[in-house]
Amino acid sequence: MEYQSLLIKYAEIGVKGKNRYLFEDRLVKRAAEVLRKIPGRFTVYKSNGRIYADAAEPFDLDQAAEALQHVFGIAGICPVVQQPVVPPEELRAAAAAYFEQAHPVYNGTFKVVATRANKAYPWDSNEINRAVGEEILSRLPDSRVDVHDPQVVLRVEVREKVNLYSRTIPGPGGMPIGGTDKAMLLLSGGIDSPVAGYMVAKRGVNLEAVYFHAPPYTSERAKQKVVDLATQVAAYAGRIRLHVINFTDIQLAIYTKCPHDELTIIMRRYMMRIAQTLAEQNGALALVTGESIGQVASQTVKSMVSTNEVCTMPVFRPLIAFDKQDIITLSQKIGTFETSILPYEDCCTIFVAKHPVTKPNAGIIRRSEEKLLPEINELVEKALAEDEVIVCG
Amino acid sequence: MTEIYLDNASTTRPSPAVREAMLACLEDVYGNPSSLHRKGVEAENIIKKAQGSVAELLKVKDKEIYFTSGGTESNNWAVLGAARARKRQGRHVITSAVEHPSVSAPMAQLKDEGFELTVLPVDSRGLVDPAALQEALRPDTVLVSLMAVNNELGSIEPIEACGEVLKRRGGIAAFHVDAVQAFGKLPLNPRSWGVDLLTGSAHKIHGPKGCGFLYVSEGTRILPLVFGGGQQKELRSGTENMPGIAGLGAATAEALAHFGSNRAAMYELRHLFCQGLAGLDGVTVNGPGEDALTAPHIISVTFADVRSEVLLHALEDKGIYASAGSACSSHKREISPVLKAIGLDRKAAESTLRFSLSRYNTAEEIAETLRVLNELLPVLRRFVRR
Repeated sequence: MEYQSLLIKYAEIGVKGKNRYLFEDRLVKRAAEVLRKIPGRFTVYKSNGRIYADAAEPFDLDQAAEALQHVFGIAGICPVVQQPVVPPEELRAAAAAYFEQAHPVYNGTFKVVATRANKAYPWDSNEINRAVGEEILSRLPDSRVDVHDPQVVLRVEVREKVNLYSRTIPGPGGMPIGGTDKAMLLLSGGIDSPVAGYMVAKRGVNLEAVYFHAPPYTSERAKQKVVDLATQVAAYAGRIRLHVINFTDIQLAIYTKCPHDELTIIMRRYMMRIAQTLAEQNGALALVTGESIGQVASQTVKSMVSTNEVCTMPVFRPLIAFDKQDIITLSQKIGTFETSILPYEDCCTIFVAKHPVTKPNAGIIRRSEEKLLPEINELVEKALAEDEVIVCG
Repeated sequence: MTEIYLDNASTTRPSPAVREAMLACLEDVYGNPSSLHRKGVEAENIIKKAQGSVAELLKVKDKEIYFTSGGTESNNWAVLGAARARKRQGRHVITSAVEHPSVSAPMAQLKDEGFELTVLPVDSRGLVDPAALQEALRPDTVLVSLMAVNNELGSIEPIEACGEVLKRRGGIAAFHVDAVQAFGKLPLNPRSWGVDLLTGSAHKIHGPKGCGFLYVSEGTRILPLVFGGGQQKELRSGTENMPGIAGLGAATAEALAHFGSNRAAMYELRHLFCQGLAGLDGVTVNGPGEDALTAPHIISVTFADVRSEVLLHALEDKGIYASAGSACSSHKREISPVLKAIGLDRKAAESTLRFSLSRYNTAEEIAETLRVLNELLPVLRRFVRR
């Protein structure tokens, strides 16, 4: 069937009171962005508290729906058949014909809901409901009307044009991106951190990201993989600026001066410190990590207390109580899984002790870190000064 | 930063003559060799010329050369095509433990098709024992496939002696040799060695990627792997890859013209490199060592207590390109079957790099590489996983 328009339904924006128009405008902007990349010459606009994407050319519904799956804030997408306003008898036939085509040999329940913004139209809503319903029953004898709990609702909207629609394709939900809130995502190349970024972006927060690169212990391909992941997350979150921090000298200093079972935790603390400084420099108000309780040694509750200690900024950990399998399922859904499991990231394990501490003692860790002073501060400053920014998406 | 390319067993840089020959096929001689008109004849002449070059190097007949998409296709075709053509006579095939995956994978496929597979072991130098072949041979052996030069170690396999064994037995087995690393670099005499099928590739000898050949000696039965328009005597369908074949022809002609001098020059560099390596701590060169048993261009080196991948990237940082081969080549992180077959443990295998030479390398480059290794190794060894 050929559709001329898409009605975009949104979920939580509706409850946002006086700021509602802001959220709607962001949604319109993002939807227009993603639809611009596919055939159809769409115009996205607000009309009477609705968002429509009208196509000036034929388009592929699956492709359009797939594009809109990347726009947070969309609860559902209804493909709409649009036609000129016609006299009642013709409208009855057209609406029933649409239904028959959209739901061939239908044998379930339905209901017709007509609305008439155009009050000059000869029939009122009830008359349209009744007439179209009868027509459908005569064409699809196995279908039944149920006005209380129908399986399918056929909408007939009489406005400047007539809109007919009955199907809703679910959208990704969440809140549209585009406000001023920004968070700094610690992106590793594993399965978790891209998913964490996705989840925070889904609440309408802009993202920047930081990746800690340790050449020659990690390869150019490992870095490329993180760029690819950032680009995949950016398909949902909008453009992401990825900061690549050369972490080798800091790692080597920690390796040389600190006990080996504390390497990971101390390394992690320096990553958090650097991420926080980068966040401050770039106007981000929070950090985002892919941590999940107990997944690895540095993610026990006690370890997280220790890494959290060095941050004054809030650290968002959207996956904190997720099981690994749930995270994997989500990463498969958003399309980052295949990239995440490429083997480069874990190639160089020399900085990981065989038996890292899982219950770090705050005092001991702090004392170990004192051994790094004062050189470590220079190394951190140097790493920040040499920050390489890659724009992804 | 100057570039020192020591990964020539992976692929080589196309030579100017190769680029020129290929460009001619893209600009002027763009005809389809199967066409009846003049453009077709022009193209066909280029194929004939390339066939002639390859045949000359191998001392075989022009018509025994078939062009393919490269070493992998040639190996797949030889293994599957020769075994399947003989399946009524027997279902036993023999290969070695150090073959390239483009031989061992189709061998595994034959096993799925009901063939019995014998895998010959190698010694610590990576060499097959012809006596072991003699023992493995059975009346129903239909195919023996061995490589001429091992791609990871550079070991020269005793192809001539194995051919002798096969001749003496006089059975029905076809003898296939994967000569991808030997072609153009070492003498090959398939006819006098009793080799029926031989694989070569263009991009290992400064030709283009995506083109190779299979030598099929006259009278050897083989089934096609690619079906279609019946090109190349119905044995390998598909419009010929003209630029690739022209490039292969040019590369082969060059290899032939400077065969002796290239080989001597590479051996010289190899000696230089090995001597230098001998002066470094904790460094072992794998493979047979002596020239008679080792190809001129491949040097496999184990650096104790250094992860090969880390060293590879550290060298890369200085503009030197080598190959790790074993570590991280797959998600499973299995060590290289070749290194395993010569008895290296996981730790040693994960500390092994392959350096491979071409005629473009110089003594200065080798000296610089040794200097850089001497500088990097102590630094990298300070950071070893404990």
